Amino acid sequence: MFSRDRWQEIFETIRKNKLRTFLSGFTVALGILIFTALFGMGNGLKNAFYEFFVDDATNTFFVYAGTTSEPYRGFKAGRRVQFRNDDIADLKKDFPMYVDYITPRINRSFLTKYGTESNTYSTRGVGPAHQFNEKTIIMKGRYINENDVKTQAKSVVIGRLVEKDLFPNGGDALGKYIDLGGIAYKVVGVFQDDGGDNEERYIYIPYSTLQLTELNTDKIDQIIIGYKLEVGYAGAMAFDKSLNRYLRDKHNVAPDDRNGIFIRNIADVVQQNMMFANVIQLVVIFVGIGTLIAGIIGISNIMVFVVKERTKELGIRKALGATPGNVIGLVLQESIFITTIAGYIGLVLGIVLLRLIGNSLEDYFIVNPSVGTGTLIGATLILIFFGAVAGYVPARRAAKIKPIVALRDD
Amino acid sequence: MIEIKNLHKSYKMGSNSLHVLKGINFSVQEGELVAIMGSSGSGKSTLLNILGMLDNYDEGEYTLDGVLIKDLGETKAANYRNKFLGFIFQSFNLINYKSAWENVALPLYYQRVGRKDRKTKAEKYLASVGLKEWSDHLPSELSGGQKQRVAIARAMAAEPKVLLADEPTGALDSKTSHEVMDLIQKINDEGKTILVVTHEEDIAHMCKRIVHLKDGVIVRDEVVEQVRVSSYV
Repeated sequence: MFSRDRWQEIFETIRKNKLRTFLSGFTVALGILIFTALFGMGNGLKNAFYEFFVDDATNTFFVYAGTTSEPYRGFKAGRRVQFRNDDIADLKKDFPMYVDYITPRINRSFLTKYGTESNTYSTRGVGPAHQFNEKTIIMKGRYINENDVKTQAKSVVIGRLVEKDLFPNGGDALGKYIDLGGIAYKVVGVFQDDGGDNEERYIYIPYSTLQLTELNTDKIDQIIIGYKLEVGYAGAMAFDKSLNRYLRDKHNVAPDDRNGIFIRNIADVVQQNMMFANVIQLVVIFVGIGTLIAGIIGISNIMVFVVKERTKELGIRKALGATPGNVIGLVLQESIFITTIAGYIGLVLGIVLLRLIGNSLEDYFIVNPSVGTGTLIGATLILIFFGAVAGYVPARRAAKIKPIVALRDD
Repeated sequence: MIEIKNLHKSYKMGSNSLHVLKGINFSVQEGELVAIMGSSGSGKSTLLNILGMLDNYDEGEYTLDGVLIKDLGETKAANYRNKFLGFIFQSFNLINYKSAWENVALPLYYQRVGRKDRKTKAEKYLASVGLKEWSDHLPSELSGGQKQRVAIARAMAAEPKVLLADEPTGALDSKTSHEVMDLIQKINDEGKTILVVTHEEDIAHMCKRIVHLKDGVIVRDEVVEQVRVSSYV
């Protein structure tokens, strides 16, 4: 297999038959080029999909309160369910094995002013854990912390674009006081978010401070729970169920009431989105494999032709003492060699093509099209394997040629 | 050297079968130069193919240098061919993209001789057929007689026990035919066993023994007075 003589024989054959070699190599290279390009595009589509849907943390429950639609335990239907601060404390206490972090969220909207600039922004009263749930990235300063919540501090964290609006010409917001609905808050941090421009137009303040400004209430709108990743998908589903039962019991909502309490389980949504993304990928892989198979059939045809053309030569070799193994080895090794080299060229061209495309197709939902190293190595191995298969059948036929048939003069 | 007993061979052609060899008995001693003669269809080529292990036979026995040649696997047959036999064909059968010395060295490649030794040996045998200066030429740059001499050098290079020549002069004019036969006689003088299949009387008489084949049986087997080619010149 690795003898120098064999390689010399093969290089010689390739040198003497350039057109033949070029044609078979071209088939394979083109097939792999198309395969790589399509596969990369598919990955790009998947990347775009991720960017749209999978930005936020995936191990998250959003718990909403609604209005009951059924009477239960002496309460009439149509009662408004209200979460309060003690719900947060109870959940922390009763589900320690599931809860990684928990934070309330209160949604408001305030006219926000600094100097002569003003605008209305969505403002959220949150706890420190909210940072994990939104995957908020702090650019400068800090996020809301426990101390802000405890002391009901007038601290505020603003989005990158809020800073840009209120502090034009590159002004620094950190340490400045901004006016939120008539109350002055001190900017303690500025954040960015990969989720897009809208996410960077939020303002975060401690939920306790927001409650203080509203007659020191303890009402909260939503509860956001991050569960521990190690519980897995099944664990998350079980947690979802028992959380539902627990809250319905505590707030006197009928177990089968569709309206009283909702839990939005991101894991479930993500699972669905991922399934869609995987379907896209599957289609792409299918097309890619089709291309690959077409290439393999192409090279098989050429190998059959090659063997036919070499019948006489192989017959001479057999008469001079070449064993069937020698003949199979010679034909097979040549075919593997050509497939490997041509396939590698196709791969490199494909990668270069993907690099050139880069993010220029972002408008068509193709972001960062690329193929992983593992896939590349896999594709190369598949290629060598199929090169062997494509070479083996004609090689075996070549080995079976009887020398007298091959050497017949006519 | 060669022992053949009651050899039968028939070819199947659809539902018919064509009985080509009908019981051949014949033996060759070491150092003999035997011509096998017969008109076309007499079975002489079939006999040579069987002798050359290029084809198998149906019935009988064939012993070569004490080894029974029967129902060999492809691999074994290839190894025996390489070790025992050298072939010379009517149409030379050189590989057209290999130079003269590379053609001569090919059987040595299948004997797993190293590349350097192959070249040395190949050039030695090319020199012995008078083609030393042509070792780097492709077959297409050689004349018919030169091609056949390269083929003879190739057959000799493996140092076989027996040389089998199938109409070695069939594609050559009479002058080059004589040159080739002169070479064959000289190789025989050195003690090599050679079988020549031919239908030309004068070529046959340059051998030491003539076996006449007709319709699949040997009709005459005679020792003849060898005509030396050198006496023509």
